Amino acid sequence: MKIAVLSGKGGTGKTFVSVNLVNSTENTDYYDCDVEEPNGDLFFQSKLIQELPVKVLLPSFDKEKCNACHECVDACSFNALALIGKDMLLFESICHSCGVCSFVCKQKAISEVPKQTGVIKIGKAGDSKVVTGKLNMGEAIGVPVISGVLDLMDEDRNSIIDCPPGSACSVVESTQKADYCLIVAEPTSFGFHNFKMVEQLARVLKKPFAVVVNKAESKNNIVSSYCKKNKIKVLDTFLFNRKIAQDNSRGEICTSVDDKMKARFISLLDNINDDWQRSLK
Amino acid sequence: MIIAVPVDEMEENSPVCISFGRAPFYLIFDDEEKKFDYFDNNSAFNAQGGAGIKAAQSLVDRNVDIVITFRCGENASKVLNGKAKIYKAEKVNAKMNIEMFIAGNLQLLNKVSPGLHGHSVQGEK
Amino acid sequence: MKKILILSGKGGTGKTTVAASLIEYLNSKTIADCDVDAPNLHLLLKVKNPVEKDFIGSKKALIDVDKCISCGLCAEKCRFDAIHSFGSSYKVDEISCEGCTMCSLVCPAGAVSFYDDKSGTLQKYTAPYDFSTACLKLGRGNSGKLVSEVKRNMVIKNTEEYAVLDGSPGIGCPVIASISGVDWVLLVAEPTLSGFSDLKRIVSTAKAFDLNMALCVNKSDINMKITNEIIDYCKDEGVYYLGLIPYDKAVLKALKSCKLIINVPSEAGNALRNVFKEFKQVLENEN
Repeated sequence: MKIAVLSGKGGTGKTFVSVNLVNSTENTDYYDCDVEEPNGDLFFQSKLIQELPVKVLLPSFDKEKCNACHECVDACSFNALALIGKDMLLFESICHSCGVCSFVCKQKAISEVPKQTGVIKIGKAGDSKVVTGKLNMGEAIGVPVISGVLDLMDEDRNSIIDCPPGSACSVVESTQKADYCLIVAEPTSFGFHNFKMVEQLARVLKKPFAVVVNKAESKNNIVSSYCKKNKIKVLDTFLFNRKIAQDNSRGEICTSVDDKMKARFISLLDNINDDWQRSLK
Repeated sequence: MIIAVPVDEMEENSPVCISFGRAPFYLIFDDEEKKFDYFDNNSAFNAQGGAGIKAAQSLVDRNVDIVITFRCGENASKVLNGKAKIYKAEKVNAKMNIEMFIAGNLQLLNKVSPGLHGHSVQGEK
Repeated sequence: MKKILILSGKGGTGKTTVAASLIEYLNSKTIADCDVDAPNLHLLLKVKNPVEKDFIGSKKALIDVDKCISCGLCAEKCRFDAIHSFGSSYKVDEISCEGCTMCSLVCPAGAVSFYDDKSGTLQKYTAPYDFSTACLKLGRGNSGKLVSEVKRNMVIKNTEEYAVLDGSPGIGCPVIASISGVDWVLLVAEPTLSGFSDLKRIVSTAKAFDLNMALCVNKSDINMKITNEIIDYCKDEGVYYLGLIPYDKAVLKALKSCKLIINVPSEAGNALRNVFKEFKQVLENEN
């Protein structure tokens, strides 16, 4: 089962929920798709097994073959190319690696060369695989790194996908391959506002989903009322707990020291599984 | 010498457009022929990205020597580099800016606006 | 006019909460919410009835089922995995399509056309603030372009002293778009392992631009050890350290009733006032 953990608003506890789900259960691996600011491994401190570079293709120009026909410049939908006399300027961070320029060049003067934009680290923590995607600083587009992380998922194990905040293309890329979405919602006005956006996203992507409320003051809150009204399942509610917040700040995984919490996360995974099986029928 | 000015309307008395990349039109003045001409900058105006680059490319293609503008992004200035000099526009209409330039009363544009993606550019001369 | 952008690296550190109070403290009337994925600032500022405008992010491809001969070349050549078979023809997934036109170039039947994709909505409020914001449509890219539009919609008046821009989490495209052209970045840091790690990445990213940085630590008493590490880090990186704001339940209460925290007599409210007082001094001395 592949579960995407998402939230809309940042800081609601996606990583807290993802890390504890993996830590409490057997046969479960962790995939960090928040490639701009990956944090899960700060908790796992996994043993590094392998590092894989993530590369995108960029055009490379053969000046000898170029006849300055301008077709590649005109064909580029992103305006990443400029031709000054016979000198080609490539604006790398605008290039989308679509291959059109190389395709239209009748002189075969454009080839494509790889450029590294990020890295994927594969580690082991206990019996779990911990995969972390990291976008290089200064790079604008995280989607190829996210895609690389998800390619490493094992079909015969549970995968917990820690998604980026928001609801834009990087979140969509992170959830594309998921069987199920677990939305972590914070019952504040900001949290609720953003929760509704990702609820809509889960519906648009046609993924079965349920909610976990985090940092709540009580079980009855703005998110739980909305969910009740709209027949959305709330699988658990974590009340704000200063001690957990402090332990979390030091990188401690609460289910490693708290058996009650561990039991809750085991239950959570079982509930997700049941809900998912029901949705398949 | 060919002088270009981004303009809001296709006429000599048009105000200078505050945008370089997304100016609707460009006024082109040929100093030798003393002629005013225009081109529609719609491909840059409507571009999903790289509007400054596209506008600058259009100017390079027309062998423009001088550009008079309020602003110019980093990416666009890289395209113009070595081909056209960029002067800072004054708050008068396009024709008057050209006259001021010819009289030697305009300053070079020193401060280039940092690009949205001002990182690596391959192929710089 | 000085443009101040609020950033953090990590999400949920308190950018919007701090931004709203800073706007009040500096009496800034020119503001923007650059967090176009998940805009929240309008919830705190009691603004209504924005003027809305469609935002065209990019072009997207559309396959004419009648012209399509089902050769599948478009799907094969698409680098973004945006085209899949659909019935007896092929269909473009509007979320994945980047508008590169490769499909149309390879199509032997001329079955591909392009349409302007409405990727979001720009919003402008005029009273009591000149407030520019936007909302990106679900699943869209082009957030960087939308952020640039939001900034372009701000009316920069040189009679006003400060413009405040609320930023977004992360270090990618929309953050880079928001940083470009601002004078100051105010960082809201969180003293957690994740928060500090993310802070370092955003500071490195922002350093590539010609601007000044200042920082406050929010929820500081959650972990004083990391709070002190962050203060030392500021010294090493040339970031102005402005002060601490303790974790305070009064903040949650204030947010619930959409009150600005500096207007609520509380530990956090007072601490934030002191941070802003320090910030204002730094801003004035910079001249």
